[in-house]
Amino acid sequence: MIDPYAGERLKETHFHPRQSLLNFREAWSSWNGYKFADYYYEEEYEYFCIRNTCGTYDICPMQKYLIEGADAETMLNRMVTRDIKKLDIDRVTYVCWCTDEGRMIDDGTIFKLADDRFMLTCGSPCLAWLRKSSFGFRDIELSDISEKTAALSFQGPMTCEVLKKMGLSKIETLRPFGIMHFSFGESDQQLMVSRTGFTGDLGYELWIKPELALELWDALYAAGDDFGIHPYGESATNMARLEAGFIMPAVEFNEALKTVHYRYDQTPFELSLDWLVDFNKPHFNGRKALLEERERGPAYKLVKLDIEGNKPADEAFLYSDRKCSQEIGYVTSAMWSPVVKANIALAMVEPDYLAGDIWAEINYQKELRYHTRVSKCTIKKTPFWAPERARFTPPP
Amino acid sequence: MTSPDVIIIGAGHNAMVCAGYLAQKGRSVLIIEQSNHCGGLASTREFFPGFKASVAHTIQNFSSKVIDDLSLAKHGLDLSQSPLQTIGLSRDGECIRLDSSKDHPRVSGLDGKDEEAYAGYMARMHTFADMLKPFWLKTIPRIGSANLQDMTTFLALAAKLRLLGKDEMGEFMRIATLPIRDLMDENFENDLLKAVLSWDGLLGSKMAPRSPNATVLSVLYKMTEKDAGAPRIPVSGIDGLVMALYKSARSLGVEFKLGQPVARVLMEAGDHGVKAVGVVLADGDVIHAGKIVSGVDPKQTFIDLVGVENLEIGFTNRINRLRCDGYVAKLHLALDSLPVFAGLDSPLGRLILVSNMDSIEFAYDDAKYGGFSDTPIMELILPTLSNPDMAPEGKHILSGHVMYIPHHIKGGWTEEAHDRLYQNLIELLEHYAPGIREQIIFGELLTPKDLEHQYNLTGGHWHHAEMAIDQMFMMRPTYEAAQYATPISGLFLCGAGCHPGGGLSGAPGHNAAIEILRTKQ
Repeated sequence: MIDPYAGERLKETHFHPRQSLLNFREAWSSWNGYKFADYYYEEEYEYFCIRNTCGTYDICPMQKYLIEGADAETMLNRMVTRDIKKLDIDRVTYVCWCTDEGRMIDDGTIFKLADDRFMLTCGSPCLAWLRKSSFGFRDIELSDISEKTAALSFQGPMTCEVLKKMGLSKIETLRPFGIMHFSFGESDQQLMVSRTGFTGDLGYELWIKPELALELWDALYAAGDDFGIHPYGESATNMARLEAGFIMPAVEFNEALKTVHYRYDQTPFELSLDWLVDFNKPHFNGRKALLEERERGPAYKLVKLDIEGNKPADEAFLYSDRKCSQEIGYVTSAMWSPVVKANIALAMVEPDYLAGDIWAEINYQKELRYHTRVSKCTIKKTPFWAPERARFTPPP
Repeated sequence: MTSPDVIIIGAGHNAMVCAGYLAQKGRSVLIIEQSNHCGGLASTREFFPGFKASVAHTIQNFSSKVIDDLSLAKHGLDLSQSPLQTIGLSRDGECIRLDSSKDHPRVSGLDGKDEEAYAGYMARMHTFADMLKPFWLKTIPRIGSANLQDMTTFLALAAKLRLLGKDEMGEFMRIATLPIRDLMDENFENDLLKAVLSWDGLLGSKMAPRSPNATVLSVLYKMTEKDAGAPRIPVSGIDGLVMALYKSARSLGVEFKLGQPVARVLMEAGDHGVKAVGVVLADGDVIHAGKIVSGVDPKQTFIDLVGVENLEIGFTNRINRLRCDGYVAKLHLALDSLPVFAGLDSPLGRLILVSNMDSIEFAYDDAKYGGFSDTPIMELILPTLSNPDMAPEGKHILSGHVMYIPHHIKGGWTEEAHDRLYQNLIELLEHYAPGIREQIIFGELLTPKDLEHQYNLTGGHWHHAEMAIDQMFMMRPTYEAAQYATPISGLFLCGAGCHPGGGLSGAPGHNAAIEILRTKQ
């Protein structure tokens, strides 16, 4: 029978046949039109896999673009705020890109695969902006390889051991943001491994042709069997990234091209991504507007907060006084962090009030009844969670 | 060589006007032109041994302020010949003559009713043209600007509108973007008169009588100067204007480098972004200057000369979206003797060969879908009647603007398509001037594609970019570059792609010079 809603149904990723078997709770949501797990078994369990053993996270729905040609580097360097001319082959860098007005469109990573060959990954479709950014360059070719690539994020302290056991020799020598290439399977196909991720922990991302996706899965799960390997979904990712202090689109920032209200989008300075904006570059998109903002000062500043008590400050407003008379900002993400044992949050605060007291008015529910608590917040300068194993090579 | 204060790329008429004003204020100016002559589309060339013509063949609204300020009369511009009458000829032999002078506008060849209506129509149009006049020679304010100069311009425009009186103000607001056909139908009965009066609003545009947009504004723009839009030929032809501009500029110390294509604008990185600091010539030579001004069309200026890597992405895409496709072809005929037009004692004047409003609309419809009409419409003059020197003794030249001939046609401008259009035109002329075919010694047809190539002009568009309401005023060529300064520090525009736009007016060059002088560096 022909399915009249075929075009409306969520697509299945290259790892779906394996993942669907493990999704006991059928907790599916979606990402870029793909069926995508919120969690498979239980979000806290999966979170502890990331922190204590290892877990896989399906990044097939993430957008991946190849940018090739003699003008590829110049084009990307004009599009993003960071200077990618400094990037070596087989290295990855975190970038963001802005509108002419300096408002952030999205963030993502650039993989330099050759002098004239780059891969850009990001959360939302970006092809229209890439095409606009490419106009006027002569030697450039764009291709959306999102569906033609199977990608699996593999995160946690045991990951290096598992990959070694899987036969990826010298994987322990791979530095953070580095890329290594291996031959995989009987047909000697290419497996690309980058030491990247979105958890702030030791971890890798594995990139392979879709035909080999399940073979890769099976090999990884066979090697990881003794190391507590388990798939994790969006919920666990969100916990891990918050502990690492990473921002999320539609949570910390509203993508500029999708923002309707004036200045309800953000700039890199508001998101405390100052380090991504390289004014030594003669030109990049939004440079003039960002330079003006740097001189004028941003309207908000994203900060990491350590909050008294144990009630997560989800959706809390922030005040400069305990009486909550002067509103100074709002919380974007909040949680009780099991690994640091603290009540943490990311928040936007008006810069004038950063030096003074910050109080969060937290509304929480207890068996259907709402309560309010005003808790003192302390700004944390460093990520809540940044273990040595995430930085060291070889990982300890 | 020492670095000039200002380099101007291109030696079109606006570039020379701009240079003159800058030089008057003590700036050293170097004009660099790719071809071997000045004037751009107004330059005169020998299209056949002994026969000369320029693409622009009359002037209608050249700024008298510019003529005075740059002493063009002293430098040889002689406008003592009377303006040309505009003569409308229909296929079936109807003939009307228009004299658009401000004091005594007259139309002959019609019944009494339309004659009377014509005087009333012209009076009202003159009121509106006078109201708009000051703003063609002014920088149009930035959107959202609160600076004093911009506020003053806005307030002046508001005051001018209000001074029209409530009814006239309402009427102006009503007709400003009206399809010109509606305006004609409201005022007149004779279809040939309507077609001829619409002509100045349509020529050079991609708009037809039924297009609501800027056709009425274009008519008002052309009515700005003292001839009220009547076409005029200087005593020594269009070349007389170009040479006067050249001599005026030279007398003020402006240097010219001809036959030197500019490959790109030289950029330098600074704390505040990239800055234009000079030009790189095609032969690799570099010339530095404090300010760079481009008379080249906006698309080539930004995309080819500046380079997109130096520009914002949104801005670049707005420049790319500019509509720059020309719809006017140019016909030059070298004639053995003076052609005889049926019903005319003499072909002296501007002849508009249109039968009626529909003939224009249908020619446009063909062009809209990538073709051209079997019966095109055209404006022609015989420049040799005003300047016999343009051709050997006793010989004549016919110079015609042909509409609507697209820059892109289906199947491309093949030799066959080119020839088919040429034959159509000769056929058309043969109908109006029987025997002209035998008088032709040589004929040249320049499609917009040819104009693009010969004059280095995107789309072969006379006006560098379509004169449409979304590409006019503070949006010409696009916001952030509509006040002659550009997003690139040190780089300015001075050509027809800026306010107020195309045509031989000198206004963009004049306005650009004022902004350039105002900008400190």
